[in-house]
Amino acid sequence: MAVKKGIDYALLRIIAYTVVTVAAVACLLPFIMLISSSFTDESEIVKNGFSLFPRVFSLQAYIVAFEFPTRIISAYVVTITVTAVGTFFSLFFVSMAGYVLQRRDFKYRNGLSFIIYFTQLFSVGIIPQYILVTRILGLTDNLLALILPPLLSPFLIILMRTFIRTAIPDSIVESAKIDGANDFLIYRKLILPLSTAGLATIGLFTALSYWNDWYQASLYIHTQSRYPLQFYLYNLLMSAQMMKEMANVAMSNNSAMQVPQESIKMATALIVTGPILILYPFVQKYFVTGLTVGAVKG
Amino acid sequence: MPLAPLSEISKKGFFFEIRKNKILFLMLLPAFIYFFMFFYIPFVGAYYAFVHYHYGLGLFRSPFVGLKNFRFLFISNIITKLTINTLLYNIAFIVIGNFFQITIAILISQVTSRFYRRMAQTFIFLPYFISFVLVGLFAYGLLNYDFGIVNSALVKMGFARISFYNTPWYWKYILTIAHVWKWLGYGSVIYLAAIMSINNELYDVASIDGANAFRQIRSVTLPMLKPTIIILLLFSIGSILRGQFELFYQMVGTNGLLFNATDILDTYVYRALVSSAQIELGTAAGLYQSVFGLVVILTANFIIKRIDPEYALF
Repeated sequence: MAVKKGIDYALLRIIAYTVVTVAAVACLLPFIMLISSSFTDESEIVKNGFSLFPRVFSLQAYIVAFEFPTRIISAYVVTITVTAVGTFFSLFFVSMAGYVLQRRDFKYRNGLSFIIYFTQLFSVGIIPQYILVTRILGLTDNLLALILPPLLSPFLIILMRTFIRTAIPDSIVESAKIDGANDFLIYRKLILPLSTAGLATIGLFTALSYWNDWYQASLYIHTQSRYPLQFYLYNLLMSAQMMKEMANVAMSNNSAMQVPQESIKMATALIVTGPILILYPFVQKYFVTGLTVGAVKG
Repeated sequence: MPLAPLSEISKKGFFFEIRKNKILFLMLLPAFIYFFMFFYIPFVGAYYAFVHYHYGLGLFRSPFVGLKNFRFLFISNIITKLTINTLLYNIAFIVIGNFFQITIAILISQVTSRFYRRMAQTFIFLPYFISFVLVGLFAYGLLNYDFGIVNSALVKMGFARISFYNTPWYWKYILTIAHVWKWLGYGSVIYLAAIMSINNELYDVASIDGANAFRQIRSVTLPMLKPTIIILLLFSIGSILRGQFELFYQMVGTNGLLFNATDILDTYVYRALVSSAQIELGTAAGLYQSVFGLVVILTANFIIKRIDPEYALF
């Protein structure tokens, strides 16, 4: 039935459009600053600071950034390797665990789920884990140190369990069992193909966290050629800052100005984040699904 | 033996289960190896908190000192300050963050143009996808003394520049704003999904009863959001002692000038490991954080179970 809509609806709508627009712009502005500043002439930044529009256009920062491309390329190789390998194994193990733990005939599923869930409630902190990875497993400077510690998360296993339970009726598994299929075959031939949406969502969450990781690298990776992208960027930001501080102390020559110190930070950040910004509009919907499903108590 | 239906659980013992379902157990094995390796075995390392650690001697031959490390953390007031900072920041993040997430979700649901709604949501969700290194760089681009956009704007308006990176108290607000900014889209996606699932008839009925558009939000939308709000709040209470390490470290880093206002348990533990090499103090602080955090969760869960078992976490 049609309900007459009065001035209050109009007012609410005006407020909604205004506030939502302000929020969207506020979320977007730093990105505009980043892009704009990366294309701004360094002397202009030094004179007038960063800006939302490149007043004096320059590609200098990108030219310098790619002058020694091996560093950025090797950081890309590291990040892509870690992301691909990590996401593949994470998805494999998460989906198997999620499948088993949602099987209603699996006697110990609650107890075993709790053993996994408990690690989210209580852990002894990073130092014992650090000692394990460096001294016992001996993974210092090894890419496995970037892949293994964040490989699985209780949250994603529970999310996968929910996905499978809601997407696949028990009767399918039951009839496959009657046909004599073993449990792994059921998982591979039935469960995996039927839960592609869940797999995509969980895979993307995992891939994003591998791509954005700098923390594991800060603990375990000491050789520059093995830095992943974010840690490469972090080091560039820190060392450039240090360079500038030294230049300030010296106060003498302008030789440090030959490197466009400020714009190159922005350019490198954009190079490092580029793939995410490009892929983002296409994958956004999977994250929305994941969050919506995940908010339901698993 | 006839096949048991899936809903039926066998009453036989553990080893019978393993033999019967060995493939299922094998499929769980990688996950269990992982969790034992990276979460349960490190429990042994909690012992670091109780020794005076000598690198040369190793963990088990270093002298046992009982609670001395904990006593030091308490007497020197380190732990009190860190706990207060961690708790206050998290409470501010939860309250202010959820307020903005709910507000934006409600307002997005009022935007009639589908295209506009999509665009806005895409932009607001974007900060979730970037690394905290980039968040730190954004803060630098806005707040830097010489080049920061905020300072350029201040100068243009005739004010003096502000030295953000030397002034601790600003950072309480800066960190809160950054946190709200980063998670606004994430939270509002969840709330918006909950709003979209509200039955439209409820609004029609409210409207017939004379509720105007604003009243409908108060009397229909908010009450219907209550379960989602409570569940999300519970999740956040569960990690109320866990700081947003990446945010703090990328925005403040090793800038000791700001520590008074910005140091939290996680940043202290990280520095104890990485820069000051005080393994035993770091482990003690980390252990304290975990135990205190677990107590908070168990208490919260216990209280909730009493009030409304529906919402209990476990």
